[in-house]
Amino acid sequence: MSEFLQHLVNMLVLGGTYALLGIGLTLIFGIMNVVNFTHGVLYTLGAYVMFIVVQELGLNFFLALPVAIVVGWALGAIIELTMLRPLRDSDIDTTMLVMIGAWIAMQSGTLWIWGGVAKSVATPFPEQPLVLGPVSVSWLRLFVLAAAALLIVVTYFLINRTKLGGAMRATFQDHDTASLMGVNVDLINTSTFAVGSSLAAAAGALLGPVYVIFPQMGDLAAVKAFAIVILGGLGNITGAVLGGFILALAEELGAGYVSSGYRDAMGFLIIIAVLIVKPTGLFARSERVG
Amino acid sequence: MRLTATLLTVAALASVPLWLHDPYLMNALITTGIFIIGAMSLNLLLGFTGQLSLGHVAFFGIGAYVSALTSLGFDVGLPGGFRIVHEPWPPVVGFGLAIVAAGLCGYFIGRLSFRVRGAYFVIVTISFAEVVRLVALNWVELTQGPLALNNIPSIALPVPEFGELVLRTKLHNYYLVLTVAVIAFVLIARLVRSHYGRAMRGLMENETLAVSVGVDATRTLTLAAVISAGIAGAAGSLYAHYIRIIDPEVFAFINTVTMVIMVISGGKGSLAGPVVGGLVFGLMPVFLRSILAPEAQWIAYGSVLIIILFLLPQGIVPSLAQLLSKRRGKKAVPKTVVFGRRAKGPA
Repeated sequence: MSEFLQHLVNMLVLGGTYALLGIGLTLIFGIMNVVNFTHGVLYTLGAYVMFIVVQELGLNFFLALPVAIVVGWALGAIIELTMLRPLRDSDIDTTMLVMIGAWIAMQSGTLWIWGGVAKSVATPFPEQPLVLGPVSVSWLRLFVLAAAALLIVVTYFLINRTKLGGAMRATFQDHDTASLMGVNVDLINTSTFAVGSSLAAAAGALLGPVYVIFPQMGDLAAVKAFAIVILGGLGNITGAVLGGFILALAEELGAGYVSSGYRDAMGFLIIIAVLIVKPTGLFARSERVG
Repeated sequence: MRLTATLLTVAALASVPLWLHDPYLMNALITTGIFIIGAMSLNLLLGFTGQLSLGHVAFFGIGAYVSALTSLGFDVGLPGGFRIVHEPWPPVVGFGLAIVAAGLCGYFIGRLSFRVRGAYFVIVTISFAEVVRLVALNWVELTQGPLALNNIPSIALPVPEFGELVLRTKLHNYYLVLTVAVIAFVLIARLVRSHYGRAMRGLMENETLAVSVGVDATRTLTLAAVISAGIAGAAGSLYAHYIRIIDPEVFAFINTVTMVIMVISGGKGSLAGPVVGGLVFGLMPVFLRSILAPEAQWIAYGSVLIIILFLLPQGIVPSLAQLLSKRRGKKAVPKTVVFGRRAKGPA
């Protein structure tokens, strides 16, 4: 039982960052209809911002997270303005391939600048974990959970309570009508991509110090983010949050009770199982073409 | 006209070993050829049914592992004290089994994911590829895990009254890959021009209409998935017997991405597209290697990909065909059908 509780605690920490990744991707997918392959690289770059701010510049650990968010936001805006805006009327495969090209170029750039050796970040938290009865959790992981929860709430507020969020939701429902109602769709696209990218960078900055930082760390994160998005339904933010936690739970239980080698397979097995039992996805609207 | 062009291309490709003796370039051509076969199979799904398989490397890798294990033999224990002992069989049998095994996987993936449209096929294929990679990595007793399967025998062709011809050299393998590629090309060309091919295009362009005139959507899409997976399995088998060592890295996502790049840059839905795109992007690393630092090569690769898509958004072959017919003063060929864009408002 105590082992199970420990898995639940780990699930919360992991699920928070997965949810961040999923929200970012589901926003971009839902509003812009772009399969964003740069999402994983922005996750990696967020982690490297953490590394630069803390290890190379010697600045405060807590300062690094906002810096990573701003860097992710700026990079996202640049990617959207230079690569996606000129291709707004192209089909989804073309934009996807452009994103793949950007992913390959940016990841190779990361490898070129920082090399392939994994980096780690020193944290200001005590080595001793917090022990609560049968479970123990490190202070760093608690901080990750708290920060992720805060960011999820802020994003939720942004989407549901602000004018920008209203315009985003209108664009998601109907691109053309939103445009007719005076929504600046270009601006919404750029903002969406910037917000989604900043969330990916934040997830990277949070998980980077927990594990190690290396140029390919974003690849698996991106594939998992796709899984979360499908699990939760396209453009469905609540679904992405739940999907993130479900994936994390499956990974924790799979690693704990089945085999740690198959940890990363669990999410995909869940997706396949969901498609057998409930083909429309757990929280998804069913999608038909034609 | 089209037939002449195809025959001339094949003849030109067949003559390459006569004047090209550089082993490094030959090696690049053979591996590129193997990936082009994979890209052609991907094009059958992506270009003619509109379904993107982002785990296509799973079929490729399953073909490679099935073929390698058939010709190497294995001895694994199963839960409950059973053991499966397999004595080595000739690699040609492995090649056939690779096609069958990959095709079966294509069948199950198709049955599973074609119940719903949209991004589900993409995600199921990605998931499937990840799961298979992890099995290859963790089932050490069968696959040797990260230690890799070594000394995979070369394919040997039985020749009457001669014994057998072992295809070990680069020259042999070049012609073997070329032969399989031509067979795959002809097979796909015949399929897409048959009534199954018309049904596939119909589903891609307007599923409701196609179904209303009696096209069985799930069956047609699954058929495309089976054939596509089988051809990818054949490519994987060629890869295993040419490289002669395979490890779970064969399932790496970048291998799928390579095939997708070849298809879309060359022109999806065009039979020649994956061949042209494959030659451009398969051989580009070879030329980049001679002029750029290793780290900069892939940056250039990604940038060239982006530039090609900006200049020729429909892919190299359809864009050039359009340009050619314009120059001849003919009416421009109709723009290839844009699909996959799920218009949210009135399209």
